[in-house]
This record gives sequence, structure tokens and C-alpha cells, in this order.
Amino acid sequence: MGAVIIPFSERNRVINPAPNTLLSGKPQLREEAHRLQRWGDLLFENLTRFFAFLVLVTLIAILISLLVTSLPSLKAFGWGFLFSDEWDPVQDRFGALVPIYGTLVSSLIALTIALPVSFGIAIFLTEMAPAWLKRPLGTAIELLAAIPSIIYGMWGLFVFAPVFSQWVQPALKSLLGSLPGLSFLVEGPPMGIGMLTAGVILAIMVIPFVASVMRDVFELVPAVLKESAYGLGATTWEVVWKVVLPYTRVGVVGGVMLGLGRALGETMAVTFVIGNAQRLSPSLLAPGNSIASSLANEFAEAVGDLYTSALIELGLLLFVITTVVLAVAKIMLLRMGRREGKRS
Amino acid sequence: MTLSSSSRYFALSVLGFLAATQVRAMDITGAGATFPYPIYAKWAEAYKVASGNGLNYQSIGSGGGIKQIKAKTVDFGATDKPLGKEELDRDHLVQWPMVIGGVVPVVNAVGIAPGQLKLTGELLADIYLGKVKKWNDPAIQALNKGVKLPNQDILVVSRSDGSGTTFIFTHYLTQVSAEWKTRVGSDTSVKWPTGINGKGNEGVASYVRQQSGAIGYVEYAYALQNKMVYVQMKNHDGQFVAPNDKSFSAAAANGNWKAEAGFYEVLTDEPGKASWPITGATFILMQQTQDHPDHAKVALSFFDWAYKNGAKSALELDYIPMPDNVVKLVEQSWKTSLKDTAGKPVF
Repeated sequence: MGAVIIPFSERNRVINPAPNTLLSGKPQLREEAHRLQRWGDLLFENLTRFFAFLVLVTLIAILISLLVTSLPSLKAFGWGFLFSDEWDPVQDRFGALVPIYGTLVSSLIALTIALPVSFGIAIFLTEMAPAWLKRPLGTAIELLAAIPSIIYGMWGLFVFAPVFSQWVQPALKSLLGSLPGLSFLVEGPPMGIGMLTAGVILAIMVIPFVASVMRDVFELVPAVLKESAYGLGATTWEVVWKVVLPYTRVGVVGGVMLGLGRALGETMAVTFVIGNAQRLSPSLLAPGNSIASSLANEFAEAVGDLYTSALIELGLLLFVITTVVLAVAKIMLLRMGRREGKRS
Repeated sequence: MTLSSSSRYFALSVLGFLAATQVRAMDITGAGATFPYPIYAKWAEAYKVASGNGLNYQSIGSGGGIKQIKAKTVDFGATDKPLGKEELDRDHLVQWPMVIGGVVPVVNAVGIAPGQLKLTGELLADIYLGKVKKWNDPAIQALNKGVKLPNQDILVVSRSDGSGTTFIFTHYLTQVSAEWKTRVGSDTSVKWPTGINGKGNEGVASYVRQQSGAIGYVEYAYALQNKMVYVQMKNHDGQFVAPNDKSFSAAAANGNWKAEAGFYEVLTDEPGKASWPITGATFILMQQTQDHPDHAKVALSFFDWAYKNGAKSALELDYIPMPDNVVKLVEQSWKTSLKDTAGKPVF
């Protein structure tokens, strides 16, 4: 057993010989190394900056190209484009009111359904589910987010719509139809497709996004806070409402905005079930159209400059709507933060 | 050393392979209409075996096809809606019909069997205008004596996406209904006065199948393969005809094809006792002056081969091949209108 005993001070050098020959070498070499390091740092810094700005440049480039290509339509229709429900490719008369209305209403329906459901899912997963259920349930919800939207569309059309028209819509009709003032919401035959169906399908698609963001932020709440509240005798509901939610507000709003962003821009799934009719109708059962769906439907076969340009202007509008929604969300958050500051 | 020599060998062999394929075969590119994509793909596969030359066809839609051939990014474009003489001349394009298809009205009404219901063009237009609202409307009943028509609302289903099928269908309605012509007109997508719109043939077909009382229109192949309830239409000569390859061919034979007009012809409401009234061809577009005559030559040989050998596979996919006299006219027109930069005919 002739083990060689290495003095402690020397051990490092043996195990990791000359850890930094360049740095600890001659002064010349050391300078060289520093320069190399500086170059590396500089390169890295510029590279990351380049990538970050690339996003910004792409965004601006998209905006500019949308603006330029929609110029003919902007010139021809002006502001009237926003308020006209005409969409007539034969006569070259275009207006965006129907798709704008459809986009906003279907997304609104989707959020109305998705918000409470996702909230429930997130609360259950973080506060109530037994440990063995958390993992599989959470994974299942994330998997739901990975399903391509065309699958949702086809499922919506072939499976959901018939069921919806046979059971749900007649029930809704008899329920709301008898109420004065609300009967306009359920006018028309229960076809199983239309604004409401699109909203429900969108809700199913949005739920996994909103729920998983909510769950993640709920999990960030320090256990100490919750335990103190429980210790004071708060119920689960009170803990969630008065401790968890205020603590995670920013994250929750962010998750909702993520969902709203997806709902506003969703294309294939909506196309399949919204009915694609360029007509304005207050009834939720009536077919409508959304911006993304109009684009997907008509862009490929659109012949003629004004027609194409009007479609691109629709794209520009979607861009603007999404930006406005995100901006409003940010402002809302800032306001909330300021109020919070005053209160404390 | 071994590594570098083997990689060098690999690179050389790849180069050699590329050079060899350059000499032996050429790939031509086309883009456009989705309606003829299945048959173009099938022809391309068979032609590759026969000649070694490949065809890369991208079914991006007629609008895209027209844009790409104008920009010369493809060897040929394909469109379901033929371009007018003026536009062809302005953009220096040559146009000819390649293959024919039929559009079929399909219904889903209680107690009506395939081929049982008879409609006229005027009536079809009135249904699509929302003027005839019930299946047991006296106008429908008058045409269908002895058929028990249900007291049911008619639900009109159309295509939501721009498509050649819609162009042919609405073109037919403008031929037979003055009101349709002034109120709606014809295009690859129009402002539908009533009803709901499904995406693609499958969208229309599934709406018609799901909604009792629905009427829609789909490509013939789609109606056939899905065993949908088609209707008989009254044609220009006053005969009721069923949709099939014979009635489509009859319409094509009666078409008024003229090379000078860029073969602009939509085969709707054609005369002839056996003609199906809602028929249409799909068209090919090429540049008049070819910067790459070798590419154009291969493309034209492909079309020539398809005219001569492609009839059987076309019929299998429920397309109708062009009549022989039209093919002759088309091939003659290639000689006079497709030239290289020196002015020599390409084909």
C-alpha cells in the first residue's frame, strides 16, 4: 500500500494541473488572456443584443410590410373599412366589421368560459389535489395544450357540433328564448356551428394555457404566507382569494393575456366551426366569421390587388387588436401596482 | 487521414451524383390550383417513371399560382378561374385547359334518394338567393311530381374558402339567373346572400350530412366517394341529366374553345342534350417568352404526355380528360405562342 501522500496545498495542482496557465503565466500571456476574455465577453454581449433586437426589427418589418401592402385598400376604403359589414369580392367592396366583431365576441366567450374553469383547475392542483394526482393531472393539462389546432377544429366539426346542436343548443334556446331581452341571443336554428361553438372550442384550447400558468404562479406563493393564514383560521377559499390571488395577480393576468392572445389569433379550429358567414348577427347560434378565419379561407384563391390588399389590411387589424389588448393589460397591471403602493 | 479521404470521396460522389442527375433528368416546378392537385400529382409520378423528369407541383391556390407565374418563380402556374384575354396579353402569358371536373349540388332532406330530386338552374339560384325557403315549395314540387317533399326549411351551404368549385358554381348561377348576376355575380368567393359556409369540400359535405334540410355543392369526386344525395339538373336543352363522366364529357365537347381567346371557356350551361350544366376546366399558365427553354420543353412534354397517356388515371380520380379536338388545338397553340428569347418555338 504505497500510497503517495500529497500535501494539501499541492493537491489542487495535481488533480487539476495548472488550472490557469495562461493567467498565472508570464505577464505578456496574462494580458493576452485578458484580451481574449474581453473579446469573448464583447462577442457574447453583442450576439445576445443582436438576437434581442432581431425580434424588434422583425416586428417592425412585419408592421411596415403589412402597412405597405394594405395601402391600396387603406386608400380605397379609409376608416369606412372598420365600420362596413360589406364583403363582396365580386364588386371589390370590403369592410371588416363582421370579422372584427366575430374575433372579439368569440374570444370573449372563450375567456368567459376558460377563466373560471382554469382558476378551478389551478386551485385544485395546487391546494387540494393529493400529491399522487398532481403530476398526472398537470401533465394531462399540458398535453392538451400540445394538440394541434386543426385537431380541435376537426373534432369540433365532426364530434362536438352534432352533440351541441342536438342537446345543448335546444336547451339554451328554451332557457334563454323565454326570457325577454335575451331571446335575441339564441335566435335561428340550432345548427351546432356558429359563434357560440367557436367560443366553446376556443375555451377548450385556451384552458390548458391559462390553467398551467395559473398553477405555476400559485405554486410560487411562499408556504409561510398560506400557513399563517390557515393558522389564523382562514378557509381554503379565503386563503386563495385573499392571499394567493393578490400575491400572484401579475402572473394570473399574464396567463389570461396569453390565453386571450391565442384565442384572438386562432385560425384553423375557428374556421371549422364558426360557420364563416360574412353577416352580422347578434344571435350566438348564428354563423359568423373571424379575422384569422377569413384570412385562412380566402387568401390562397384571392385574385386581384384590392382583394388581396383588403385581406392584408385585416391582418394589420388583427395585429393592432392584439397589440392594444396587450397594452391594456400592461396598463391595468401598472395601475393595480400603483394602487397597491398607496394602500400599504 | 482515412476520415478526410473518405469524406472527400463522399463529397465527390455527391457531386458526381448531382452532375449525373443534372444531365439525365430535370425537375420542373409548378404552382397553383388545389382542385387538380391529385391528378397532377398522379401524372407526375407516372411521368417520372416514364421519362425520368420530375414535377414539383405546389397546390397553393389559384391566386398564388397566378402570382408566381407572373413573377416567373415557377415554370408553370395553374388556375381554376381562367384569365381573360386582356390580362393574358398584359402579363405575356399563355393559357390552356388541362382537365375537366364537374360540380354537383348535394342535398340532405328527409326521404329524398340520390338522383331523385330534379332542379332547374333558376330554382337553384332562387334557393341560394334565399327566395325559396322550404323543401315543399310549390316550385320544387312542380318539378318533382310524385316525390314526397318534406315540409322542412332549406339550409344553404356554400364554400367559405376561395375555390374554383365556387367559381364554376356561381358562374353557372349567373348564366341562368339575371337576379344572381346583378346581386351576387361569380368569383372564387362571393358574398353569399344566405346560409352557412364550410371550409373545403369536406366542410361543405359534413355540414350537408349533419344538417337535415341542407343543400350544398361539392366536386363530383367528393359527392361520389361519400355517396352523397346528388340532384338531377335541367340543362340548356331542357333535359334533366345526372352528374357522371358522360354528361361532363358531353359538356366539354360542346365547349367553344378558341386559342386566340386564351381558351377562355367556362363549361357552364353548355348546349347539348346530354351536357351536365355545371362543368368547368382547370387551366395551365406559362410565360410566352421562355428564359429557360429547356425547362419549358420538359414542362410541355409533360403536358403532352398527360394528354396522351393520362386519361385513364384521370377517370379513376373522377376527372374528365380533355376531348381530342381540344388537345389538338392546344398543342398547335404551343407552337405559335411559346417561344424562347430568340423567337424560336420551344415545343
